[in-house]
Amino acid sequence: MAAEDMKTYDVIIVGGGPAGLSAALYASRSKLSTLVLEKAKPGGQAGTTEWLENYPGFPGGVKGPELMEHFAAQAREFGAEIIKDDVASVDFSGEKKLVCTAGGGQYSASAVILCPGAEPRTLGLPGERELRGKGVSYCATCDGDFFTDLDIVVIGNGDAAVEEAMYLTRFAESVTMIVVHDEGILDATAVIRDRAFKNPKMKWVWNSVVDEIRGDGIVESVIIRNLKTNERTELETNGVFVFVGTVPNTQFLSGAVEMDKRGYIIANEQMETSVDGVYCAGDARVKYLRQVITAAADGAIAAVAAEKYIHEEEGFREMVLAPAFPVMVCFWSPTSQESLDFMPAVERIAEARAGSLNLVKIDIYKNQRIAGRYEISAAPSILFFNKGQVCERVQWPTTEEELTLVADRVISGK
Amino acid sequence: MVQVDKVNFEEEVLQAKGPVLVDFWSTKCEPCMALLPDVEALEAKYGDQIKFCKLNVLENRRLAISQKVLGLPTICIYKDGEKVAELTKDDATAANIEAMIKEQIQ
Repeated sequence: MAAEDMKTYDVIIVGGGPAGLSAALYASRSKLSTLVLEKAKPGGQAGTTEWLENYPGFPGGVKGPELMEHFAAQAREFGAEIIKDDVASVDFSGEKKLVCTAGGGQYSASAVILCPGAEPRTLGLPGERELRGKGVSYCATCDGDFFTDLDIVVIGNGDAAVEEAMYLTRFAESVTMIVVHDEGILDATAVIRDRAFKNPKMKWVWNSVVDEIRGDGIVESVIIRNLKTNERTELETNGVFVFVGTVPNTQFLSGAVEMDKRGYIIANEQMETSVDGVYCAGDARVKYLRQVITAAADGAIAAVAAEKYIHEEEGFREMVLAPAFPVMVCFWSPTSQESLDFMPAVERIAEARAGSLNLVKIDIYKNQRIAGRYEISAAPSILFFNKGQVCERVQWPTTEEELTLVADRVISGK
Repeated sequence: MVQVDKVNFEEEVLQAKGPVLVDFWSTKCEPCMALLPDVEALEAKYGDQIKFCKLNVLENRRLAISQKVLGLPTICIYKDGEKVAELTKDDATAANIEAMIKEQIQ
């Protein structure tokens, strides 16, 4: 790709949901040039959630779209740029991470934070795909209005399914929940379940699954199968809402970072993925709880970790890799008495050769990534760099005399 | 974009000469709101070859259902009173809509 078409940032954030927008806020506030690539309107799944009752700071609840507009505005306040485009592919093999979009955009950055989120899972039922937008829906706030005074079916029985179903009772004449469990049992939590059982517009079909969605052009009925009796019955309905969990939007990565077998990205507590400088935050990550608040927390952590990474890498490049003369790097640790005791000797050698040999001290505990890259496992360890390459390696135990010989050899270039 | 509703849909869309694009949307549909600027940009590009209309389904639910539109966003193209092409939900992206327009104005 032509270099002049490439726009460069400190951090690129893929996805503008709660995780991405929080990461953008933290990154831009710490003066990193920050780009958010979001294929639709910023806000992600929270942006199409009518009402959030459990985001702290909003007694009485807050509208999802409104909260997400605030997230985006706050990120923009500190200079984050939000571009509407869909990420098509990534290349994380080089020092600069590359991101290409469906709209033809080409961007590079020192660090990338992946916040692609998740999308509603489909069931793959006969008729489901054909009747999407024709009565089959995965978004109550998008399509609920159509069903004013009509009868609808909801598939699923978790918190999201029951909450969305109750939202739909504002419009629909009746909302019939198809539940796989025995009568009275829902995956939804007790507080939500009890509220739903009191709602007169909610109807329940237990021990059952939907086998098929039927209709000519628009939804007309569903075929319900009772799991106990295997009996199949046809139920007339105008709409089918499916809320059966989510799948991560990670296909575009084509394995660029490590994922689990369901496609969720694996990251540690610092949100670091398997690739240096690439972070993951939000629903696409392997995690215990997928909520706006945990996505926002992930985003903040990822941005802080990315900032630290960028500064460490920049510092290492400037001090160690870029100079045209030799650099002696002493890897030390505050917990290694030997490394503390030997440091004055290292400093004496460097001082006597000022102008032809620079000294850089690296704390291996604080800079585990760089230490790991050069396979430094113990302190002290001394590496000599010349023009960005390691040219000599001195392992502990060593002496001031031995190190002096090596230093002079490096300077003389022999 | 021409605002169409249950009163003028027949005249502006079904009776119109040449192809007509209808953007079914509502103020409550966030994906629709996100898509609207893209559709407006396409109007600036293709507006001389295809008529652009938008229909707010909140006020015109029965009309939308009569057109077999029960989900948003949905973008349809009509010719001579018949629906000839349609994109709905995730398929309704700026790139897909542009491709659909190009196909219909050939």
